[in-house]
This record gives sequence, C-alpha cells and structure tokens, in this order.
Amino acid sequence: MPHPIEAAGLVKNYGSFRAVDGVTFEVRDGECFGMLGPNGAGKSTTIKMIACTSPVSAGALRVGGFDVATQAREVKRVLGIVPQEDNLDEDLPVRQNLEVYARYFGIAKREAMPRIEESLALFQLSEKAEAKIDDLSGGMKRRLVIARALVHEPRILVLDEPTTGLDPQARHLVWQKLRLLKSRGVTMLLTTHYMDEAAHLCDRLVIMHRGQILTEGNPHSLIAEHVGEAVLELRMEAHERAPLLAEVHGVPGVDVEEVEGMVYVYGAPEAARRIADQISDPSLAFLRPGNLEDVFLRLTGRGLLD
Amino acid sequence: MTVFAASRPDLSSGAYRVWQRNRDVLLRLWKSEFLAQLIEPVIVILALGIGLGQFVELESGEEYVTFLAPGLLAMFPMFSAVFECAWGSYVRLEMQGTYKAIMATPVSVDDIITGEILWGTTRSMVNGAYILLVAAVLSPWLPMVESPWAILVVPLGALPGVLFSSVSIAFASIARAMSQFSYFFNLVINPMFWFGGAFFPFAELPQWAQVLGWFIPLTHVVEMYRDLLQGTPGWGTIGHFAWLLVATALFYLVALTSMRRRLVD
Repeated sequence: MPHPIEAAGLVKNYGSFRAVDGVTFEVRDGECFGMLGPNGAGKSTTIKMIACTSPVSAGALRVGGFDVATQAREVKRVLGIVPQEDNLDEDLPVRQNLEVYARYFGIAKREAMPRIEESLALFQLSEKAEAKIDDLSGGMKRRLVIARALVHEPRILVLDEPTTGLDPQARHLVWQKLRLLKSRGVTMLLTTHYMDEAAHLCDRLVIMHRGQILTEGNPHSLIAEHVGEAVLELRMEAHERAPLLAEVHGVPGVDVEEVEGMVYVYGAPEAARRIADQISDPSLAFLRPGNLEDVFLRLTGRGLLD
Repeated sequence: MTVFAASRPDLSSGAYRVWQRNRDVLLRLWKSEFLAQLIEPVIVILALGIGLGQFVELESGEEYVTFLAPGLLAMFPMFSAVFECAWGSYVRLEMQGTYKAIMATPVSVDDIITGEILWGTTRSMVNGAYILLVAAVLSPWLPMVESPWAILVVPLGALPGVLFSSVSIAFASIARAMSQFSYFFNLVINPMFWFGGAFFPFAELPQWAQVLGWFIPLTHVVEMYRDLLQGTPGWGTIGHFAWLLVATALFYLVALTSMRRRLVD
C-alpha cells in the first residue's frame, strides 16, 4: 500500500523563481508529519501542490495513491485542507457552513447531518451553530475550519499554519483537538513556524529552507544531531570572549556559535555545566536543554530572511 | 501554460452545488434582496411610460411605452446578472476567499465559474419573468405585451443571462480592487444601457451609429424581444438569436480561461 503522501523530486517554478527545489519526502499512515521553515521556504507552495491548486512543475506527487496532475478530484476526496487564512463562508451561519461544504463533496444531507452535529460538539461549537461567522472568536473560526476539513472524513488532514495568530488558550485547545484526531488514526501534515507546536504534535518533520529540505527526522533525534542535549547561552560582548573561546576550543562534543551580544555553546550537559561554572557572573549564563528552535536557527541562520 | 492548453471545460455536478450555495444564501437574505427588485421596474415603467411617454412621439406612431417595453425586459435582467457576477463574484473571489475554500473540494475551478454564471443567469431570468408579468398585467392600460409570443422572452432570457454573467465574471477575474468596477460599469455596462437601443429607435440614427449598435450585445437582446412582444418573429429574430449564441459561447470561454488564470498558479 502506498504512503498517504509521496513526493519525489518535487519542483515548483514561478517564472524564473524556483519556490520548491526538488523535495522528496513521504507522509506515513497515521503519523503527524511536520514541515518547518522560515517564510518563503516553500512550505505553502508544497501544500498548494498537494491540494491540487497549483500545478507541479516537475517531479512526482501522489496523494492517497492518486496522481495530483491527473486525478485532482480523487485527491481532494481523500484530503482535508485547513488553509492559513480562515476562508469560511461569511454569508452562511456556522452549521450551514458545514452543510454546504458537505454538499460540495456530494454527501447526502441525511448522511451529513449527524456527522455535522457530532463535529460541532467535538470542536465545542454546538452552542454557536446558528451564529454568524463574523461573531466568532479567532479560535472558534479556526476550530470551525478544522471541522469543515473533516466533514467528508478524509484519510489525510493537511494544516497550513493552523495556530498562527491565536492566543495561547485557543492554541492549546486546537492542539488538544489535533492530538485527539491523531489518536483516532487521522494522518496529518502540518506546516508551522512555531517550534513548540512541532515538538508537541509531530512524530517526524523536515526543515525546509529556500525550497529545499535541509534535514529530516523526529524532534528528539534532530535536536541530538544538530544541537546536543544542552545549550548554554552567555550574554557576552565581543571583547570579553577571547578567554572563553580559547578554553572551549577543541573540547570534544562542544560547538560554539557567536552572535552579536551572545555566545551559544552547544553540547553535552557536563561540558556545558563546566563552562558555566567558570563564568564569574552567573546571571549572564543560562543553561537549558536544546530544543527544535535551536535546530531551526542553526540550520537556517539567525539573520532576517526577507 | 497548461491552464490554457486544457481549454475544454472540466465540469461536473459541482457546478450545481455552487448554484445551490448561492441559492441558500439568497434564501437567507431574500427580504432585503427581493423587495428592491420588485419595486424598481414598476417605478420605471410608470415614470418613463406615462411620464416621459407623454412628450415622445415616435415616427412609427407607436406609443413610447410600447417601444420601451423590450428595452426594460433586456436591461433589468442584465443588471441582475452584472451585480451578481461582477461585484458578487469579486467579493467571493477576493474578499471572502469562498472560491479558494471550494477549490479544496472535488468541485473544480470550471465548476465554480459555471455555477456562478448559472446563478447569475437564474437571477436574471427570474427578474425577466417578473417584469414580463408586470408588463402583461399593465398592458390593458399601457400597451406593452401584444402577442403570446412574448412568453418566449422567459426561456430565451437564458442566453443574455449567461452572456452578461460571463462578461462580468471575466471582468472580476482581472480586477485588482473593488474600485475598478466603476470602470466596468461606466465604460461597459452604462454605455450598453444608454446606447443599446432600449430608449430610442436605431432606425432614426445615422448609419455609423447603427453599425456601432450592431456590436452592442444588448441591442440584439432588445430587438429579439421587440419582435416577440409585438408578435412579429422572423428571420431577423433568428439572426439576433444567432449573434447572441456566438457571443455567449465566446464570453463563457473567456470567463473560464481568465478565471482559471486568476485562481490556479
């Protein structure tokens, strides 16, 4: 059986600009697969190709076993899309948004109605069933967009930055719902630039940059591989650094990155601890576990990318 | 580009689902949407037919309101189609993201555009049928409907319905801001309204104006309806019908191609 999503050498050109430059990955059955990357990395373009709204320039892309270039209607039947912007139907109230959407999939009203009620309950929107879209909070709109994407019981749910712009409560509620869906066996592909979101939800992820995949793995192995277990952050101006750098240089398993006003030491916790102990003013040193954000920043650079 | 190569429409029952969506929205808002449409033609018939009509003497000897009736039957439905498919479509395309949302379902881009055009056509035809009814009811006092042939105005209204809806969608597909619709209205629709032979007979104009008039779609609608209302259908009527058929097919394809370009990148 083919994987839910299989991309091989996928390319997207806009004129002379190459937005996606030969990416290869697969999303496996039942997993949550993350796509991380700064703005302009090619995440959304990849999603558009998966959703059949942007033709593939080169390479192969199969979704649910169907070819996106020739079987768009079949692909869309197995795919639920949660777009970046809440493009709910503002001319219709909450429940009717789901009814009309189910009809686009050719689902009979009799079949759709119980499913819609269940979905409204699951996403805590039952009380808002008759409300206007305008009257919903940002978090409610997001939940409704996710409910809408599930109305035809898709095999694969694709979420493009699902929690961007939400307050922390709303974000955690969305995460809770996504974990629930995952436990029910829904395969998910998700793009985000929130590293905690990726660490929270994803079994496996890729980091994209300038249209290419820089690395692939599960969050823990990526942190171990690119950062190490511990990160020591030192607030230190350039002229104060010489003694420290001399000390650290050549210590096995320790890596140093210099930034304006800061020095980052990546490596094993013992080594980092020893270095931290030598700093005279402990308030300037902060030792913490490595995280995905470190991986991301180390691979894509700390400069502004726009 | 592949979008142009695949010029054969990719249609399914999805077009009907889009039509249903628009119907459902209208049924929610019908009070505010319908009332204005019910009252306006009556006011215009009375104002132009009785008011202005007193001062107009036509060479043909017919009453002005008789001359005016086919123009009204062509004009108001045209406006229905234009409002629905120019402004309405632009809102759904650009401001509400409705098209993008539908594109995530098995409904194709061609289905969306076709559904929108069918909806504009439906509103246009309903509007035409209503005005015909008003004209027929008033005919004992204001002679407007003079032959049973007039009933054909209702089904034939499908043709200008699709035509003006397509023209409007084609414009919406290239518009970059709501404000640009004033160009569409003032440079395309308004001249058609005034010069489409609805308000004065072309026969009394100089030759060059008559030639120009032949290229205006509304002219053919007005003349086709005039033959039917007066009970004088002939080869000329079929000629107008053929002209409209060709223009409709052409603009439908233009609307499809142009909107595909806008939606698929």
